[in-house]
Amino acid sequence: MTAPFRLPGRGLVDQGTDLEFSFDGRRYTGHPGDTLASALLANGVHRVATGIAYRRPRGIMSAGVEEPSALVQIEEPFPEPMLQATTVELYAGLVARGPAGRGRLATAADPARYDAVHAHCDLLVVGAGPAGLLAALAGARDGQRVVLVDDQPRPGGSLLGTAERVDGLPGPEWAAGVVAELAALPDVRVLSRTTAFGHYDDDFVLALERRTDHLGFDAPAGTSRQRVWRLRARRTVVATGAHERPLVFPDNDRPGIMLAGAARTYLHRYGVLTGRQAVVFTTDDSAYAAATDLVDAGVTVAAVVDARTTVPEAWAEQCARRGIEIRAGEVVTGTSGSERITRAHTAPYAGGRLHGPRRGVDCDLLLVSGGWNPVAHLYSHARGALHYDPARGAFLPTGDLPNLRVAGAANGRATLADCLADGAQAADAPASTRASIPVSAPVPATEPVPDQTPGLVLWSVPDPAETDGGEPRPRFVDLQRDATVADVLRATGAGLRSVEHVKRYTTIGTAHDQGRTSGVIASGIVADALGADIATLGTTTFRPPYTPVAFAALAGRDRGALFDPVRVTPLHAWHTAHGAEFENVGQWKRPRCYPRPGESMDRAVLRECRAAREGVALMDGSTLGKVSVQGPDAGELLDRLYTNLISTLKPGAARYGVMCGVDGMVLDDGTVIRVAEEEFLLTTTTGNAAKILDWMEEWLQTEWPHLRVTLTSVTDHWVTVPLVGPDSRAVLAAVAPDLDVANAAFPFMTWRDATVAGIPARICRISFSGELAYEVNVRGWEGPRLWEALIAAGEPYGITPYGTETMHVLRAEKGYPIIGQDTDGTVTPQDLGLGWAVSRKKPDFIGKRSFTRAENLRPDRKQLVGLLPEDPSLRLPEGAQLIATAAVPAPPVPMLGHVTSSYRSAALGRTFALALVKAGRERIGDTLYAPLEEGVHPVRITDPVLYDKEGTRRDG
Amino acid sequence: MQLIPCPWCGPREEAEYHYGGQAHIAYPDDPQGLTDQEWAQYVFFRDNPKGPFAERWMHSAGCRRWFNAVRDTATHRLLTVYRSGEPRPEVPTP
Repeated sequence: MTAPFRLPGRGLVDQGTDLEFSFDGRRYTGHPGDTLASALLANGVHRVATGIAYRRPRGIMSAGVEEPSALVQIEEPFPEPMLQATTVELYAGLVARGPAGRGRLATAADPARYDAVHAHCDLLVVGAGPAGLLAALAGARDGQRVVLVDDQPRPGGSLLGTAERVDGLPGPEWAAGVVAELAALPDVRVLSRTTAFGHYDDDFVLALERRTDHLGFDAPAGTSRQRVWRLRARRTVVATGAHERPLVFPDNDRPGIMLAGAARTYLHRYGVLTGRQAVVFTTDDSAYAAATDLVDAGVTVAAVVDARTTVPEAWAEQCARRGIEIRAGEVVTGTSGSERITRAHTAPYAGGRLHGPRRGVDCDLLLVSGGWNPVAHLYSHARGALHYDPARGAFLPTGDLPNLRVAGAANGRATLADCLADGAQAADAPASTRASIPVSAPVPATEPVPDQTPGLVLWSVPDPAETDGGEPRPRFVDLQRDATVADVLRATGAGLRSVEHVKRYTTIGTAHDQGRTSGVIASGIVADALGADIATLGTTTFRPPYTPVAFAALAGRDRGALFDPVRVTPLHAWHTAHGAEFENVGQWKRPRCYPRPGESMDRAVLRECRAAREGVALMDGSTLGKVSVQGPDAGELLDRLYTNLISTLKPGAARYGVMCGVDGMVLDDGTVIRVAEEEFLLTTTTGNAAKILDWMEEWLQTEWPHLRVTLTSVTDHWVTVPLVGPDSRAVLAAVAPDLDVANAAFPFMTWRDATVAGIPARICRISFSGELAYEVNVRGWEGPRLWEALIAAGEPYGITPYGTETMHVLRAEKGYPIIGQDTDGTVTPQDLGLGWAVSRKKPDFIGKRSFTRAENLRPDRKQLVGLLPEDPSLRLPEGAQLIATAAVPAPPVPMLGHVTSSYRSAALGRTFALALVKAGRERIGDTLYAPLEEGVHPVRITDPVLYDKEGTRRDG
Repeated sequence: MQLIPCPWCGPREEAEYHYGGQAHIAYPDDPQGLTDQEWAQYVFFRDNPKGPFAERWMHSAGCRRWFNAVRDTATHRLLTVYRSGEPRPEVPTP
C-alpha cells in the first residue's frame, strides 16, 4: 500500500518491500531505505514531538544529523531515548514515540555487543559526497592506502537529495560507480554508516560504524552493533558538506516548517512530498531549486518569499514558467496553525526593519533557507581556525593544516562543479611535501547552473509586535532547547559578551545538534544586539563528538568481566569448592574467610583465628608480590632501597625490610631472602607488586644504571602457603620427612629447600601471625597438590584454611601494620614503631635524609598504637576519629588521630583496634574518645602489640 | 591520542607510557651533607615552565625503559626524545 505522500516510482527507497512500524501507538508502513522521518512524512505525519519548555508541537526540520526538533524515543527492539528521527533507519517492527523533550533510559542491561578496530592509512577521506569521492579516487589511483568513511547507508552525499547529474549519470548512480571502483582496489576500505566524530592529536580520528542498528530485530547476535574505528591517518580530507541554516522569525517552530534542502531530499531520495501547498522563505538562491523541483513533482508553491530585493533572474524566469509568485524584499513575519502550519504571514522588509502591511498566504509547508554553514567540525577539532565570510554569513576554514584539508561544501564551495573540482585535487599533499606529479582525479562534467546572486545575511526577522504593539511571539533559535531570541537578548542584557557565555546562559547549541542549526545564528543575534562584528565575536568551539556517541560504544568490549582482568591463584578452584567468601585485592580474588554452612563471617573468622593460635591453619598467600633480584650488585641495590641492611644477609637467611620514598614515608614492606650470592627474592604487599617493581626499575635505570642487576616479577611463578600454628611443625614434618624441622636446625628467619609431599619446595620460617609458621613455596602448577597434601597431613590436628580477614586479625593482634591500611603516605617507619628496621650503619639509603627533617622529628607526629574500647564488645569503625574529651566540644574539634584497623579477637576475647594517634606512644595508658553516631565511646591507648609481646610463640 | 616516540620502540600511543616528572634532577651525592632546605629543594621542588621542558617518561606498556623527552608544555608537542644518560639535546626554540 502506498502512503498518501509517497510518489510511486520515485526516490531511492525500495517501494516494493513494506516495513510495518508503529509511532505514537499508530501503525504505519515504510520501505527499506527510509528513515523514520521520511516514513512518517510519507504518511503525512509532521508533528512528531513536543517542545521541552513550552510544550509546543514540533515537527521534522531537516533530513539529517542537523535535526533540532524531531527527537524520538525508540521503545522496541531496545529502549533508546532522544534519537533524531532523521537519522534512524527504518526497520520492520520499530516501535517509537515522540516524547515531550525528555526520553527514557533502558532499565535493562544493553544486550548488544560493541567493539573497536584500529586502522592506519595514508589518506582518510571523511564524506562520500562529490568532493570526498573524487579525493578518495585520486588517492586510491595513486596507490595510497585509503579509508573512506561516510555516515549514510549509500554514497553520494548531497547527490542523494538533488536531481543533479554527474558525467551524464544520475548523481547516486555516478557515486555508486566511483565506490565500486574504490572497493575493487586492495588498499581501499569504504565504511558506510560510519561517522567520523572526532579528530585528535597526531592525526587520530575516531569514527563510529553503526553495523546492525538498521537491522532492528533481525540484528545477528554475533555481530557487534556498533564499532569504534580508531584511525591513524597520514593525511585527512574533510569533505563533510554543509548544513542549511534555518531562518528565525515569529512562530518559526510549527510542524510543517522545514529546511528547503530537506524538502528536496525527501522528494528525490525518499520519493516523499512534504506538503501539498508550500511557501518558500529564503535569503539565497539554493531554495529556488527546492521550489521548482516541488512544483515539478506536483506541489503547489504559493509564493517564494525572498528577503532580497534583487532576486536571481534565471530563477525568477523558472518560477514564472511554473506560475510561482515571488515576493521580493519580503520576509515571513509569523505563522498560524496548531498541529501543523496553515498560514504564513509576510511583510516587506528593508534595512533590518519591517515596512508596510502584512499579507497572509495559506500553506501546509513552509520551506526556509538562510544560507549554508560548512561542516568544519573535524577541521576545528584539529585546531583549524575559522574565518567569517560576510557574503555568505558563514564561518569557513582558513587554509590547510599540515596533514588535513577541507574540500567541497565544507570548504565553502557552493556549486556541484566547484565541489567536484575542489575534491579532485584535495588528496594531493601540501606544497612543501608535494611529489613531482600532483595527485588528482579528472573532474567529471556537470550540468550548467544559473549564476549565483549574493545572499542576504538575516539573523532574525523582527517581531511585528515590536512596532504594532501586539502580543510578542517566540522566535526560536534552538528548537530542542526551546531557546529564543528573547533568551539571547536576556543574556546580552545581563552583560554577557562572549558567545561561549551566551551558549551556557541560554543552553543554545548544547542539545543533540550541538548548534548545527542554531550556533552561527546565535552569534549573529549577539553581534546585532551588541553592535559588534560577528567576525571578531566568532562562534562557540566545536568539540568532539560531532554526533552523540553511546558510552557503550566507547566502552566496546571493556565491560563486565572484560573491564579489568581478574587474577586468581592456582588454588582458586579449591577455595570456591570449599565455600570461600572472596574479596578483591587489586585485581586478585582472595578468600576472605571460609564460613561453614549457616556460620556468620564474624564467627568463621573467630574460628579460623583460634585454629591458627591453638592448632594449625593454612592460607593461600600466592598473591604476595615477588621480585627476583639478580646480579653482582643485587645486594648493593637492595641496600640503597631498603631502610635496613640487606647485603649482609647470608644465603639461607631471610630478613624483614621496609622501603621508603625520598620523603622518608613508608612505601612498602616485606621479606627478603638471599637465594644465592647474586640472587635475592623479595616479597611485596599484594596490591603493591607492580608499583614496587616500577619503583625499583626507576632507580636502577635512571640513577644507578651502572649497577649490574636485573629485576623480574615472579609473583605468578609461585604458590605460597603459610602453614601457621603450634602444630605446624608436626604437619610439615609429616609431609617433609627429609627436612630437619627442629628449631635449632631450621630457626626463625631462615629458609630451606626441601621436598614437601614429593614436590620440590622452598620453605621460609617467617611469620605474619606471631605463631610458629612456615611459608611453603612451590611452582605454581604444583600448588593444588601441595595444598591437598597439607590438608591431608593436617587433618589429625584439625587443620583449618583461613582467609585474609583472619590474617588481618592475627597480624593486628601482634601490632604488625599493613602498608596502605595502617599507613597513608604520611607515615615514617619510626611512626610505625619500626625504628629497629632502620639501619644506623648505612651511610645512605632512600629516605634516610628525610628522617632528620624537622617535620619528621616533631614529638606530636601520629604514631601507631593499639586501642581497647572500654566496651569490649564494641568494634570501632575503621576511620573513626579520636578526640580528647568525653563531650564533643564546639567545632573545630581537635582531632588526635583515627582508627586504621579494627577487629574482634578470639585470643583477647574482646574487640581491639590499631590507630594513628598524635604522640601516641606517650599516651599509652590514657583514655581517648571515639565520637560515633550513637554516642561517644571511651577507648584506652595501648602498645600496638596486644598478644604475646615477648614473642615466645613464634618458635613453637 | 598523542604519539610518543620511544627512543627504543618508535612512535606509540601515549596510553602506553607513564610520566616521570622533570628530568636531570640527580639524586644528591651526599644527602646527609645537605641542609634541610637544600634537601627539601631536591625532594619537593620542580620547575614548571611554559615552553620546552625536559622530562622523564617510561614506556611502561612496551619496552619498560625510562627515557627523556623535551616537550613544549604550551603545545604538548614533543620536541625531541633521548635515552637516559644522554645529555639534553639542543632543540630549536619553537
